[in-house]
Amino acid sequence: MAVLLISPLAACLVLAVSTILLRRAWLNRVAGLLAGTGILASGLAIAAAVMSDGPLTAMGGLLRADALTAFMLIVVGAVGVTATWGSLAPRGSTRADAFAYPTLIVAFLFAMTLAVLADNLGILWVALEATTITTAFLVGHYRTRGSLEAAWKYVVLGSVGVAIALLGIVLLYAATVQAGQPTLSWASLALGGIDLDPGLVKIAAGLTLLGFATKAGLAPMHSWLPDAHSQAPAAVSGLMSGVLLAVAFYGILRIQAITDAMIGPELMRGLLIAGGLLSIAEAGALILRQRDLKRMLAYSSIEHMGIIALAAAIGGPLAISAALLHMLGHGLAKSSSFVVSGRILNVEGTTQISRIRGLLARRPGVAIPFLAGTAALLGMPPFVLFFTEVAIVIAGFQRGLGWVMAVAIALLLLAFVGIARHASDMSFGTGHDDDAPTGAVEDRDRSWHGPAAPIALALIAAIVIGLLAGPLSTLLAEAAATLAGGS
Amino acid sequence: MSDAVLAQALGICSALLLLSAVLLVWRRAQVTALPLLALQGLALAGLVAVIAISEGSLELLGVALLVLLFKSIVIPLALARAGRGEYGGAPLINTATSLIAVAALTALAYAISAPLAVLGTGPAIQAIPVGIALVLYGFLLLVTGRHAIAQLIGFLVIDNGTATVAFLSSGGVPIIVELGVFLDVLLVILILYVLTGRIRDEYGYADLDDLTELHD
Repeated sequence: MAVLLISPLAACLVLAVSTILLRRAWLNRVAGLLAGTGILASGLAIAAAVMSDGPLTAMGGLLRADALTAFMLIVVGAVGVTATWGSLAPRGSTRADAFAYPTLIVAFLFAMTLAVLADNLGILWVALEATTITTAFLVGHYRTRGSLEAAWKYVVLGSVGVAIALLGIVLLYAATVQAGQPTLSWASLALGGIDLDPGLVKIAAGLTLLGFATKAGLAPMHSWLPDAHSQAPAAVSGLMSGVLLAVAFYGILRIQAITDAMIGPELMRGLLIAGGLLSIAEAGALILRQRDLKRMLAYSSIEHMGIIALAAAIGGPLAISAALLHMLGHGLAKSSSFVVSGRILNVEGTTQISRIRGLLARRPGVAIPFLAGTAALLGMPPFVLFFTEVAIVIAGFQRGLGWVMAVAIALLLLAFVGIARHASDMSFGTGHDDDAPTGAVEDRDRSWHGPAAPIALALIAAIVIGLLAGPLSTLLAEAAATLAGGS
Repeated sequence: MSDAVLAQALGICSALLLLSAVLLVWRRAQVTALPLLALQGLALAGLVAVIAISEGSLELLGVALLVLLFKSIVIPLALARAGRGEYGGAPLINTATSLIAVAALTALAYAISAPLAVLGTGPAIQAIPVGIALVLYGFLLLVTGRHAIAQLIGFLVIDNGTATVAFLSSGGVPIIVELGVFLDVLLVILILYVLTGRIRDEYGYADLDDLTELHD
């Protein structure tokens, strides 16, 4: 079964190397999509294997997959497919020598896959840092002043942030060396059998959480995020917002499982509640007065990471299953929305909210997927984010965090109002100033804007996964049990 | 190596690490910063070599050579090329304030290292606050530096501090992680090196004060 764990990594490596060596236009065009599809398929296969035989390991225990790993692979694959397929270039427009972009996309997907497969906090760290490395030039892809600035801040803040996490991991390792059982394996650490000094574990956990929170976009460590996510090409924004944040949060979940087993849940719960509420508040305030569509989507990601952080703080099977499902639903909806924002930029020449009006009447081909994606992000039923948010709030009240939930709901309303108002202005509004295009119906644009199928599939999936009982809920319950019991 | 010699060698290396970092905060000019960075790399390589000899580990000796090659030779030379003598305007805080901040950060490093005493009582454990201090100085350099090279040096000092803590507290993390971390840091430096060049092409010089396109 070890081959199941190695194959997605090997496939990504082969693809990345082939784009460099073969230099074929068709390969450059579809490399990212192939990698995403491969990861999704292996995630499904590993899920099936884990459900029937329990956790898998490979390469002498360096790689390990349990239900949570399998679920995260499915998230990486599904969002990868949505973002890369949705922004697939028209046939014949890709150049054979333009291999840097597809190579970096595949390498980025490889790094995220390695992060969720590694049973070693050190390798998890190395993989998370590698996501910064592979995306740095993707953020700066357009070579404008804005994208250059975003890339610089992203690399400096991202690397320094995760450097803090490395310090935490180093101290945790030192504690295990002192206890006579040197290990960085989260599977062994989460069993709680190693007798570590609680004071040291507290410092290590705090530092690691702070570092990973930087990559996960949690306030107050988020300042790089709106810049990077708004300046990158649409597919890259979709991948970074839709799944990289979730992979970084996966690191937090593993650290939380370790500290819960060793020193109890209080420390992580307090920190996650603070970070979660602050993220939702910050995002809400800035969404309300946002002027740029892509920045608004970026702040919406901070808001959703805040919700997931609160769910992690609540803990327990209901909240954790809901948090994981929220990651998948948010990934699908956010990557679709970013892809559509790229199409809006293509046809309107701007992502400034005030300059886009009457989109539904003029360009229904982009306005309809835009509105559907926005509704999904707002957590409107029947989209899955509605059910997961309700489940998280119920779990919060059940576990005695009622006041936190009350504050969170009030803050979420801010973001809801902000996004709903901007989206309706863009879709239905008429131009106020003279240079904004009016919603005249006679010049309705019916041209082809890009593949419609991936957006439709992703948004349908964002409905279906909420209604789907059966295999998915068993996998989620198993994953939540993994975190709670350290199996 | 006898215990006394080991303690002395560790002491010298840690002292050099701390001294080079203090001087980096004090003297903000590229002509002195890069030799100081090279000295810090040399001290870190020496520290790793001492631990490698005391533990009889060939692996660690290899790591020491890598550190020596990259941190005290390749990276400072590359930064000299990328920086072209620029270091930006005066840092955001003046020299006196910087030195007071260094004193405060050093005290803070010793205070927050107190719980680490449970790791043991050897000379290596007692030197851990030096690594923590380096990380804090690195943050200070990073937030007060106004030039791309100044921020890059801050990042490197943070990394040197983390590495110091890793080697002093546990003799280094497992070798595969060690190499992965090392490769990551090199690639980050390479990326920042390329971006520095692009910022200069775009703006004419690499002063970060001009990066003000993006805001809410």
